[in-house]
Amino acid sequence: MELYELTVHQLSDLIKEKKVSAVEITKSYLDRIEKIDSKVGSYLSVLGEDAVKRATEVQEKIDKGEAKSPLSGIPVALKDNICTEGIKTTCASKMLHNFIPPYNATVSKKLLDDDAVIIGKLNMDEFAMGGSTENSYFKSARNPWDLERVPGGSSGGSAAAVAANLTAFALGSDTGGSIRQPASFCGVVGMKPTYGAVSRFGLVAFASSLDQIGPLTKDVTDCAIVLNCITGHDPMDSTSANVEYPDYTKALVNDVKGLKIGIPKEYMGEGLNPEVRKAVLDAVEVLKKLGAQCEEFSLPLTEYAIPAYYLISSAEASSNLARYDGIKYGYRAEKFTDLLDLYKQSRSEGFGTEVKRRIMLGTYALSSGYYDAYYKKALQVRTLIKQGFDEAFEKYDVILGPTAPTTAYKLGEKVNNPLEMYLGDIYTVSVNIAGLPGLVVPCGFDGNGLPIGLQLIGKAFDESTLLRVGFTFEQNTDYNKKARI
Amino acid sequence: MKITKETIEHVANLARLNLTEEEKATLVSDMEQIISYVDKLNELDTSNVKPTDHVIPISNVFREDKAEPSFPREKILANAPSSEDGCFKVPKIVE
Repeated sequence: MELYELTVHQLSDLIKEKKVSAVEITKSYLDRIEKIDSKVGSYLSVLGEDAVKRATEVQEKIDKGEAKSPLSGIPVALKDNICTEGIKTTCASKMLHNFIPPYNATVSKKLLDDDAVIIGKLNMDEFAMGGSTENSYFKSARNPWDLERVPGGSSGGSAAAVAANLTAFALGSDTGGSIRQPASFCGVVGMKPTYGAVSRFGLVAFASSLDQIGPLTKDVTDCAIVLNCITGHDPMDSTSANVEYPDYTKALVNDVKGLKIGIPKEYMGEGLNPEVRKAVLDAVEVLKKLGAQCEEFSLPLTEYAIPAYYLISSAEASSNLARYDGIKYGYRAEKFTDLLDLYKQSRSEGFGTEVKRRIMLGTYALSSGYYDAYYKKALQVRTLIKQGFDEAFEKYDVILGPTAPTTAYKLGEKVNNPLEMYLGDIYTVSVNIAGLPGLVVPCGFDGNGLPIGLQLIGKAFDESTLLRVGFTFEQNTDYNKKARI
Repeated sequence: MKITKETIEHVANLARLNLTEEEKATLVSDMEQIISYVDKLNELDTSNVKPTDHVIPISNVFREDKAEPSFPREKILANAPSSEDGCFKVPKIVE
C-alpha cells in the first residue's frame, strides 16, 4: 500500500512507531498531486518545497519528542476560503485572485499548533456559492469516480482531494450543504459541526449565521481526530460557543443498541432518486439489525427550508460581500470614472455570475419596502424550522436521511439553471438553518458506480452520537472505498 | 412580485454593480423565478413568530477595552491595489 492511501490515524501510528517520516508522507502526496491533479482539478495552490521544508521542521520536533499530536506530520489541504498567512487565499474568485492574508484563520493556527503540514489550498465554487465547483473562477474540479461529473460543491476540491488520495484530510466549509453534499458525491466522510463549535475567524464570510468549517476525511475515526483539533471556543469569533468540547475519539464505539433514529418521510418521497432511496433504506436495515430503533416521522416544514435558506444566505452574503470595493485589497478595475464607478466596475469585473445573482437577490430582499416580506419572513420561518427539529429531538437521538436527491451529475448539466441547482440542497439546508451538526458517511454506489452518502443529523453539540452511529455503520459495512484513479 | 428592468437597475445600484443589458435581461428572468419560488413562504402563518437571526442564544460578546499593537502598516498595504506614502491611493472624492 502506498503512503498516500493511508488514513490519518494509520499514518500517525507509523510516525509514532518511527516507521515513516513526515517528509516521506508529504512527498508521497506531493508526487501524487503532480501526477494526477491535472485531471481532477482539486488544488488551486500546492505548497511544494515549502511543505517539504515544514515537514522537515516537524520531523525534527517529532524526533525530540516535542510533537505528539495525532496530526503531527500529517498533510492537510484547506478550502481556499480559509485564510492561511502568507499563502494565497482566493475563494476561487477573480476578486481575490492575488490576495495573500496577513493572518491565519483560527483553524489554520490550530492545525499548525498541532504540527500538521499544510500542502495546499483547494478548489471551490466562488465565495462558496454553488453546488458543483463549476463556479470556480479558475477551473472546475472533477469527481474522481467519473471525471466527466461534478464532485459537488462548494467544497468540491476538498471532497475530490480526499476521495482521490491527494491529501490525508481536508477542511471545507458548509453554509447550506457545502461539505456534506460533495462528501456524498465523492464517497468520503464529511461533517458540518454545530454552529459555533468551530471558529469562523479567518473563514471568508458568506452567510455569517450559517457558515461552519468542518472536516472531510477518509473515515470516521479521522473525522473525530480532526474535530478534536478544530473545535473550541475562540475569543476572536463572537459567535463561537463557549461550551465544553469532549474528546470526540471516545465516541468511536461500535454500538447503536437502543438508539432512537427518526427518518423524515418528507426526505424520502418525491424527487429522491430510487437508487439513493434504496441505499438509505438498506442503511436503515443495517442499523436496525445492530439494535437501533428506526422509524419514519414527519418534518412538515422541509419544503420551506430552501426558500428560507436562499433568502437568509443571499441577504447575509450581500452584506458580507459589500467589503469588496477595490480599495484595500482584492481586484480593482483599471478603468473607472469616479469613486462610485470604481466600486461598480471592480465588483462587476471581479465577481462571477452566481455571486452577482446572489448579491442581487440579497440586496433586493433587504431593501426598503421588501425587508419585512422577504428577509424578516425567512427569519420567522427559521424559528419554525428550528422548533420542528427541537420537537423531533425530544423523541429521537439522531435524524437520518439522504444527503442529496441524486448522485453526481455531469459537468454542465445544471450550471445554467440556478433554481434547479438550489433544489438539490433540500436535505442539507435545514441543518444549517437550525444550526445543528450533520455527518455524511458513504452508504453505497449507484448503477454507474457513483457514491451515495448517508446523512445523520444530531442535536446541537452532540457530534459524539453522530460519530458513534457513523463509526458503527462504517465498521459493519464495506462502502468506505477510494476512487481508482 | 413583478421584477422589472427598473427593479434590477435600482437593486444593482444599491449593490454597487454595473450590469450589461444582457445581464439585466437574464437577471430579470432569474430573479422573477426565484422570487416567485420564495413567495411560497407566505403559505406559513408567522403572525406570532419571533424571527431568529442567530441560532445560539448569545449576545453582547465583549472583550476588555485594552489597547494593543495593531498590524504593521506594510502588512496591511501589501494587498493594496494602489498605495503611496503609507496610504491607500483612491480617486479624488472631495471637489
